[in-house]
Amino acid sequence: MAWYEVKNSGAVAADDRYKHLKIGGLAIQGAVAEHLQSLESCGAGALAVRKPSALAEVDGLIIPGGESTTISRLGRLYGFMEGIYHLVEAGKPLFGTCAGLVMMAREVEGQQPVLALLSITARRNAFGRQRESFEADLDIPVLGGEPFCGGFIRAPVVTSVFGEAQVLARINGIVVAARERNCLATSFHPELTDDLRLHRYFLEMALLGSAPKAARQP
Amino acid sequence: MVERGTFRVKKGMAEMQRGGVIMDVTDPEQAKIAEAAGAVAVMALEKVPSDIRASGGVARMAGPEAITAIMEAVTIPVMAKCRIGHFAEAQVLQALSVDYIDESEVLTPADEQYHIDKHTFTVPFVCGARDLGEALRRIGEGAAMVRTKGEPGTGNIVEAVRHMRRVMEQLRRAVTSPDEELMTLAKELAAPYELLREVKKLGRLPVVNFAAGGVATPADAALMMQLGADGIFVGSGIFKSRDPQKRARAIVEATMHYDDPELLATVSRGLGEAMPGIDITLLAPAERMQARGV
Repeated sequence: MAWYEVKNSGAVAADDRYKHLKIGGLAIQGAVAEHLQSLESCGAGALAVRKPSALAEVDGLIIPGGESTTISRLGRLYGFMEGIYHLVEAGKPLFGTCAGLVMMAREVEGQQPVLALLSITARRNAFGRQRESFEADLDIPVLGGEPFCGGFIRAPVVTSVFGEAQVLARINGIVVAARERNCLATSFHPELTDDLRLHRYFLEMALLGSAPKAARQP
Repeated sequence: MVERGTFRVKKGMAEMQRGGVIMDVTDPEQAKIAEAAGAVAVMALEKVPSDIRASGGVARMAGPEAITAIMEAVTIPVMAKCRIGHFAEAQVLQALSVDYIDESEVLTPADEQYHIDKHTFTVPFVCGARDLGEALRRIGEGAAMVRTKGEPGTGNIVEAVRHMRRVMEQLRRAVTSPDEELMTLAKELAAPYELLREVKKLGRLPVVNFAAGGVATPADAALMMQLGADGIFVGSGIFKSRDPQKRARAIVEATMHYDDPELLATVSRGLGEAMPGIDITLLAPAERMQARGV
């Protein structure tokens, strides 16, 4: 690939099993288009969720990377939060990448939590500023033996994992991916590469829509 | 293996800004107002473009103290401008750890012939463009994001519209051209051939394209989004208006709901006066920032 070709376009590995699923990408702000493209490449239906009413139509939701302060402010202002809680309480899966992980965390260092759905503590901009942004090969056991290339962009990390949350990946001992019931979150951006394994893993969670459900904090 | 500053993470950084508003600020207080309003980043400057235009003289990179103070005031990304071709200013900005560098026509160009080789930096760059050829030349030099030039500091959207329409029209042409016509089209547009082929393959620009240079109202932001912008830069439009706090929030909401006229009508209420505007036809050619560094 040439330097400017960082992601291919078009379907590569569509799977018939996902064709009845419609997954939403929270389209308040951020890199939602790349997620929708990855979902479509997997063979699933993808919908940009631009209004809270669309949350009722989807079988799962991705909160993309972006600025968590912006997405949180607009998400609250325009009434998206209640719809996201309903979706998760109905057993549908929620996947947050980067800003999405920060929004899903039950605890965020130095600020109030936003959705508080996943039993982790998040630290924003944990590797430093953009100059320190990097890509790295990660070992993610639930995806099999092949390394997974993760893009970390002003990325958050997970500084503690509690409750029923499980660690899915670490880099240099630091937790960068976790799952609790139907909530999945990564510090990095799987949507910026052609590796669809994490999106397929999420679609498998959507197929098992009746799995144990996460609940909002009492 | 850990690799910093790859084109993927530079371009990815710009993709995270999609659908957002980036605001020019000159001090930490303004930066906090921008962050609270929902800006996805701030551009740290010594003067906003309309003041640069009014004061004349040589406009340079902002001083390190001013940039650092803004970086310490907010958690959102901080961008800063260097002069076109002034790679030493860019090196300083990278050393200061700004999140994005704008090689900008708003400042007085340092080099009237060459731009910075942006591939050699780990910090990503955004550059202005008035047409597809200019956008692809900047991407060829390593820009990970482009924006329309518009005419900065005028509060007049006409040039941003002209540039966005021209880019979109030329994109449509590139995408529908048969392969054998692409080399001639590359010659016509003065665009790098390989990148023009990539445009045809992707059906769009290979990096995000924001609108800049003249946005003063929520409706201006909505107009540019409907014309195909991936997001909005507001220079003088916010802090030169009567009520920056309200206007900043309104432009952020208008950018999100760009195709919902009812909502645009609501957010456009009670904003007070917009920044004063300038008729582009009254600007002397030498006063047109967009002609710098093409």
